[in-house]
Amino acid sequence: MLLNVKELNVFYGAIHALQGISFSINQGEIVTLIGANGAGKSTTLNTVSGILRPRSGKIFFNEKDITLTPAEEIVRFGICQAPEGRKIFATLTVLENLEMGAYTQKNKKDINDSLEIVFQHFPRLKERQNQLGGTLSGGEQQMLAIGRALMSRPHLLLLDEPSMGLSPILVEEIFNIIQDINSQGTSILLVEQNAQMALSVAHRGYVLETGKVAISGECTELINNPQVAHAYLGAH
Amino acid sequence: MEHERLNFKDRIIKGKWIGKLFLVMIALLAIWGIGSKAIYNPQLFIQQIINGLQLGFVYALIALGYTMVYGIVRLINFAHGDVFMVGAMVSYFAVGVFHLQQWPSAVFPGIPLYLSLTIGTITVILLSMIVCAILAMVIEKIAYKPLRNAPRISALITAIGMSFFLEYFGALPFVFTPNFIPYKRPFDIVTWYVNNGVHQLQAGKAPPQGSVIFSNILLIIVLVTIILVLALTYIVQRTKVGKAMRASSYDKATSRLMGINVDGIISITFAIGAALAGAGGVLYATAYPSVFFWMGMIPGLKAFIAAVLGGIGSIPGAFVGALIMGQAEVLAAGYISTPMRDAISFSILILVLLIRPTGIFGEPEAEKA
Ligand SMILES: Nc1ncnc2c1ncn2[C@@H]1O[C@H](COP(=O)(O)OP(=O)(O)O)[C@@H](O)[C@H]1O
Ligand SMILES: [Mg+2]
Repeated sequence: MLLNVKELNVFYGAIHALQGISFSINQGEIVTLIGANGAGKSTTLNTVSGILRPRSGKIFFNEKDITLTPAEEIVRFGICQAPEGRKIFATLTVLENLEMGAYTQKNKKDINDSLEIVFQHFPRLKERQNQLGGTLSGGEQQMLAIGRALMSRPHLLLLDEPSMGLSPILVEEIFNIIQDINSQGTSILLVEQNAQMALSVAHRGYVLETGKVAISGECTELINNPQVAHAYLGAH
Repeated sequence: MEHERLNFKDRIIKGKWIGKLFLVMIALLAIWGIGSKAIYNPQLFIQQIINGLQLGFVYALIALGYTMVYGIVRLINFAHGDVFMVGAMVSYFAVGVFHLQQWPSAVFPGIPLYLSLTIGTITVILLSMIVCAILAMVIEKIAYKPLRNAPRISALITAIGMSFFLEYFGALPFVFTPNFIPYKRPFDIVTWYVNNGVHQLQAGKAPPQGSVIFSNILLIIVLVTIILVLALTYIVQRTKVGKAMRASSYDKATSRLMGINVDGIISITFAIGAALAGAGGVLYATAYPSVFFWMGMIPGLKAFIAAVLGGIGSIPGAFVGALIMGQAEVLAAGYISTPMRDAISFSILILVLLIRPTGIFGEPEAEKA
């Protein structure tokens, strides 16, 4: 198992945001967390990334306990996140944003190789590499956010709502790239409100409801699950 | 709803426009007031500009630290002026007590005197920079870091407390004493006067009527400051650490997600800012040769005003703001009245805060998470 999350309880002050969440990701998988706004999806990602601390529960990455590892160390283990809302460094150029993604990388040649890979996935970033991050369009910023995360050569890529605010065509494009990235060997934890899209690209999924895992299973099962279909896929 | 928002935006833009107009009018008024006097004695005017330049460059070295630290932790580090004082004190001990500036002649006898003094002076400046950098990192670690997530006012009050601590610890009899101490320069002063060409001024003689004088201290201050500012610009714009500094000042959580050790970057920012102030302390003491435990207070405040004037958080802003402050102070002293110069400096702060709180180069705080 690549990532194994056990019984996470996370609080914001008195708010009990994650109430005993468990899930796992195998090497090579795309796993999706879906759920309504406020279900606890971003909280889960940020806890895995080390930005938030759980009150109880454990996170294992490659069998190693990373529950209390600081965020900046977790990147070095091979987990990197493209956060919700992209969080591009608006005052840095596109290239500098990508360089920050490669902050943990020491080898110059590896960094250039990663840059090539990112530019292959997102040729538009190459054209705009000297532009300030803040001047990109929403779709380009999302590409930059994913590209930036790829620069750290993660084994596990965490994506928080990559489709947010994008046109259907762009969503399609981004999801194709996500599948490409996965087929090249990177495991992915995909958080989405767009359940339709997420379930169509992922292998397995977990449905979050108010801080708990409500349903989980293979995506093919989830799509046909009447509860999921009713609540998240807009079926009647 | 949409309509209201437009109106609001409109009002802001208009407000800015009026503010700018007001600033321009004040500037024109000042230029007219000074210009009408300057025209009768252009040499005196040029002399004042030169003196203002010397002061402004030293202020720049202090202002940069204020602005960098503010940029990354949104803290006005009021202890910064006292770090500047420590820089001056370190060089006082290094030069006056340990004769550090003479080490090259001691180690390599027969080396030309000017070369020995140049290397020696650079050593003294570097020593002050290093001591100040370490001091600032320690201050940050023990006083500010524990308050990183506390309300901003807590850190601000702590900074004022740290400033008092440095001053009154320095005033202890076994530290710097509460007295003015005459400062021995690491090198001898050489003065030139400009009057039908540039001539060296012989010691003890007065320059002929109507000449403009300048000294090697001015040249050294300008040279050292320009070198340090270029080095800083290079670090901030081109190096990995500099880019991480900019990323961290924009968004700390996301910087951590990229693997940036934000605490380390903050520490480095304090160190760099303090090193610049340390160099400023040495230069200030060579220009105005006396040191005492309170000497950082007023230059620190002036540099703070310079940083606000330029737009706090902006590095070019701090530099430009400092040059303006240097001129404003010297011209105010020369053409209005000497005791008025501090009042005028602080009036500039009030005016900037009233009219354009974001300063010359500052932009309104961008919306970000
Ligand atoms: N910084 C915060 N402070 C307090 N409560 C928060 C904070 N962030 C999220 N929450 C709360 O935690 C719950 C889960 O939020 P989040 O993980 O952002 O949900 P999702 O990403 O699924 O939309 C929500 O009830 C939300 O209001
Ligand atoms: Mg979310």
